[in-house]
Amino acid sequence: MSEPSAPGGTDLHARQIVKFRMQDRFFHYTTQLFALVVLVALVGILVSLAIDAWPSLKAFGPSFLWTNVWSVPDGEFGALAAIYGTVVTSVLALVIAVPISFGIALFLTETCPLWLRRPLGTAVELLAGIPSIVYGIWGLFVFAPIFAEYVQPPLQDWLGDVPLIGSWFSGPPIGIGILAASLVLSMMVVPFIASVMRDVFETVPHVLKESAYGLGCTTWEVMRNIVLPYTRVGVIGGIMLGLGRALGETMAVTFVIGNANRIIPSLFAPGTSIASTLANEFGEADPGLHIASLFALGLVLFVITFIVLAISRWLISRSMGSEGL
Amino acid sequence: MRIRSKLILGALAATLGLAFSVGALAADITGAGATFPYAVYTKWAEAYQRATGNKVNYQGIGSSGGVKQIRARTVDFAGSDAPLGEAELGAAGLVQFPAVMGGVTIVYNLPGFKSGEIRLDGATAAAIFGGKIYKWNDPAIARLNPGKTLPNTAITISHRSDGSGTTFVFTNYLAKQSAAFKRDVGAGNTVNWPMNAVGGKGNPGVAANVQKIKGAIGYVDIADAMKNNMSFVALKNKAGNYIVPNQAAIADTAAGANFKVSGMAPDLLDQSHKNAWPITSATYILVYEKSANATKQKDIVNFFTWSLNKGQKMAEELGFVPLPSSVVKMVEAEMKRIK
Repeated sequence: MSEPSAPGGTDLHARQIVKFRMQDRFFHYTTQLFALVVLVALVGILVSLAIDAWPSLKAFGPSFLWTNVWSVPDGEFGALAAIYGTVVTSVLALVIAVPISFGIALFLTETCPLWLRRPLGTAVELLAGIPSIVYGIWGLFVFAPIFAEYVQPPLQDWLGDVPLIGSWFSGPPIGIGILAASLVLSMMVVPFIASVMRDVFETVPHVLKESAYGLGCTTWEVMRNIVLPYTRVGVIGGIMLGLGRALGETMAVTFVIGNANRIIPSLFAPGTSIASTLANEFGEADPGLHIASLFALGLVLFVITFIVLAISRWLISRSMGSEGL
Repeated sequence: MRIRSKLILGALAATLGLAFSVGALAADITGAGATFPYAVYTKWAEAYQRATGNKVNYQGIGSSGGVKQIRARTVDFAGSDAPLGEAELGAAGLVQFPAVMGGVTIVYNLPGFKSGEIRLDGATAAAIFGGKIYKWNDPAIARLNPGKTLPNTAITISHRSDGSGTTFVFTNYLAKQSAAFKRDVGAGNTVNWPMNAVGGKGNPGVAANVQKIKGAIGYVDIADAMKNNMSFVALKNKAGNYIVPNQAAIADTAAGANFKVSGMAPDLLDQSHKNAWPITSATYILVYEKSANATKQKDIVNFFTWSLNKGQKMAEELGFVPLPSSVVKMVEAEMKRIK
């Protein structure tokens, strides 16, 4: 009260500050609540998965992870075949999709004529919007027969007798199988990875690129030495986004993977993935160990996704450190 | 901003209103379960509503799902491909009766061989689906098909990847034919298929795999097999005749079966009638014997009485086989227990 002030003025001012503060606090708590919802949902899913999976975890213990048996009539369950199928199809899909996506993004940002840039970019985004069941049905009815008729037999002829990798291409060429699933998956993740790569490539300051071109660099040199180092974090993020989608993809994989609950060391052979096993067997699962093992599979997928996320975080933080950003 | 929030409110109100109005109409009966008869039940429900104004809802969520739902009393009736045993029915206080019949057919894709041109018997079929025979020119197949030149093509088994009543019926038939099949593959909704097998989702998935893969053999219910114009195996029945399945053969099987057993679920597999199709099955309805809601119970009886009498033709058009009229009389008598 000792401070001199216009009568009523401070009071109004103070009241306004209190009001703003209240608003701020209200805003803070509301958004915090929203953020907490995510955390609660995550923990809730994890806990309910673990509770429902408990009978299976108790019966099989950690050996559930490396047992190569999935026998409903005998009541014996192990996740190895499903983990194998999930990891192999996803990794193969990335091996195919990353170079293609990189090429698409490079072409779109560096060498594409301006009039083509927008239609091509839109096409890539449209491809990302196609529901996965459409990919699955297309894969089964269109892709697999062509693949079996015109791609698998020549592949077998060329590579079937090569030592080490020859056995990857053994077995009757029936179209559907691990390789077909990987190819369809790669097509599904290309638009995701390509559009993220394009977006981050566009963030590279023109000054940097123009300077490099000015020094006489080729497009590839600019890409290799300027664009990629500058956008490493975003590129890794885009690849991980694609990997995440490939790991969890259900319908498309169910249609083309062949759904055999076993490991056959050939890419032409049918296999299974965690998500496709869940989609196939959940509806008519017998109560007891069968359904508990399906929940345990869900839990395994959860953990795999978590590990992928952790690795990508680590890669990102490492590359940020090395760039001194 | 104002306009947008008003629009959102309006949309919300409309959705709620719709939800309430649907809720108000739905004092109707609901059922859930087997997907195999889904097409028939929904067709019957649609025709029944047109004829009487009463509404019946059926959701194809799978047989075991249906049994779970009726146990939890969340539905008024359940559909199941696998009948419940006498003890289970008694303990739960459920009445069970067949609604419609069907058959599982063995279909194949072997260029140069038309429908019905490949003959198999039960034991050979079990050896094929058990992975013991894996080439089309195997002596066991050749012996049943004298005078035909079978190719040296690898056999690819096409099976259901999702747990299914079709698999249940088919594997139970094969398990009856061969102890080795029962031991190695098993019998049930989901079984252990051998190495040369691929799984397709649903009957359409299996049908597609058979049609796309040369040398494939699979099993599909007769309705889907006819719809897809597939090649049927002629299968030897118990009387020793080779039967190419059609609706008449299945109706013949039903005529020879004795439905006067508890739960009205006689074993329809491998019947001895001379024209019987060996892999015949019925799909069942489960209703509570007693319920607090007497009007609903009466509605259920009315619906199935109407369907079993007036819906026979619709079932036939969909590729199913209606119950013989003698069995319909028995079902009507059985439904008198529902109160």
